Amino acid sequence: MRYIDGAVRDFKDLDLLATGETTIHRLDARAKVVVTLVFILSVLSFGKYEVAALFPFFIYPAVMMALGNLPAGYIAKKIVFVIPFVLAVAIFNPLVDGQLMIQLGPFGITGGWVSCASIIIRSILTVGAAIILVSLTGFTGICRALEQLGMPQAFAVQLLFLYRYIFVLTEEGGRASRARELRSCGKKGLSLASYTSLVSHLLLRTWERAERIHIAMLARGFTGEFHTIHPKRFGGKEISFVIAWSAIFIFIRLQDIPQLIGTTVMRMIS
Amino acid sequence: MSHHIVDIIDLCHTYADGTEALRGVSFRITHGESVAVIGANGAGKSTLLLHLNGYLTATSGAIRIGDFPLTKGTLPEIRRTVGMVFHDPDDQLFMPTVFEDVAFGPLNLGLMGADVDQRVEDALERVGAAHLRTRPPYRLSGGEKKRVAIATVLAMAPDILVMDEPTSGIDPYGRRQLIKIIKEFTHTKIFTSHDLDMVLELCPRTIILHRGLIAADGPTEEVFLNTALLAQCHLEQPLSMHGCLLCHRKGKEAAA
Repeated sequence: MRYIDGAVRDFKDLDLLATGETTIHRLDARAKVVVTLVFILSVLSFGKYEVAALFPFFIYPAVMMALGNLPAGYIAKKIVFVIPFVLAVAIFNPLVDGQLMIQLGPFGITGGWVSCASIIIRSILTVGAAIILVSLTGFTGICRALEQLGMPQAFAVQLLFLYRYIFVLTEEGGRASRARELRSCGKKGLSLASYTSLVSHLLLRTWERAERIHIAMLARGFTGEFHTIHPKRFGGKEISFVIAWSAIFIFIRLQDIPQLIGTTVMRMIS
Repeated sequence: MSHHIVDIIDLCHTYADGTEALRGVSFRITHGESVAVIGANGAGKSTLLLHLNGYLTATSGAIRIGDFPLTKGTLPEIRRTVGMVFHDPDDQLFMPTVFEDVAFGPLNLGLMGADVDQRVEDALERVGAAHLRTRPPYRLSGGEKKRVAIATVLAMAPDILVMDEPTSGIDPYGRRQLIKIIKEFTHTKIFTSHDLDMVLELCPRTIILHRGLIAADGPTEEVFLNTALLAQCHLEQPLSMHGCLLCHRKGKEAAA
């Protein structure tokens, strides 16, 4: 429970970053969502043994963090948090793929190790882009953007409610779990019976709360439709933001920049 | 001004599990009255409130709000007329920011653009929460949440304000602020509360519910002087009606 508590607190902190007042923060959320999607697609579209060509993509998180005044150390920590999960998946590649790819003197690097490294770099890039998106836009802004981009309103509203009440629910869960711990006389672990009871109580309480929220919504004239107050404008700034970044991503995707630099340097030397 | 009148006629409500929460409750609240509905836990207070905006349907009996009997057809109008502030403000604040939450009601009423802004600003100003407008609800303190919850209702310009335990769970300063805000609302007010000192301060009239029936209905001071009745209904006189504890102790010491 403490783990979930911490994760939720982190999410709140990310949202706090989204209240910033930089030019990037003020851009319409749709522009940032689209650019992030193009970025993720470009990174994922490389072949599985690609490593070097991925590095130029770090320009995007670096520039966005600088323009959005985001604390690089904090974002890096959030990314590191995800790496163990990625490793758990990628670590099997060296075992399965033993084909020798690179020979460095006496050391041979197999395809498995190369693809493992490629997966880790891609994860850092994509998870980083997602975290940066949340810190620059806020979860609510992203939901609204997705809705404006065509996602059905029912899904957007579900996501918004999930986000609003995840904090209330984790607090309730945290309290129940603490109450159990305090009465478990130092015994560690959770027996199946007490776990089932704890979760079912939480479910029932959630149910009751949902009912009360529904009453509160009806009391304020809710008829099934959510209205937006001030839709933001997708103007010139947003269009240039999307076009510029997309062009850069496509260029980096199609041109192997490290190789290009390598050959240019070699040519200059010779 | 008949739309500020609440008429409850022989209201009964039995829950699906057979619990008889209300067993024939009748009263009439007229324009501008401030009335407290008090009673022990389980006396039927919350059940009664949930009938006032049509969330619960009476098993028998009738409710009239202003000129309309409460029916399915009149429900939208009645929900606009009766503003309800719930016990737990977390149930009431469900939108991403305070501003959007307060705007939720006016938008549902069909207002748009600058009109909504004006309503929201006015309502937040009235509860002293204008500076919280961009904050998400989970970043508010208990007292702030309560004030914003009241603003969400005030923004709909209700004729009747109904509040379920408005001062529960907030600190003395927050409570004092809240009492001030409630005093400023000049239309009809109905509360349930265990904070009998607040009742004494805000409500000239008090109704005591006991096991689903009305045990008393009259001027608050008179009702609170009937200690036998209060004890029978599992209630006590408000602390402000007791003598000063410190003076009492000092008097005893002096006598000894």
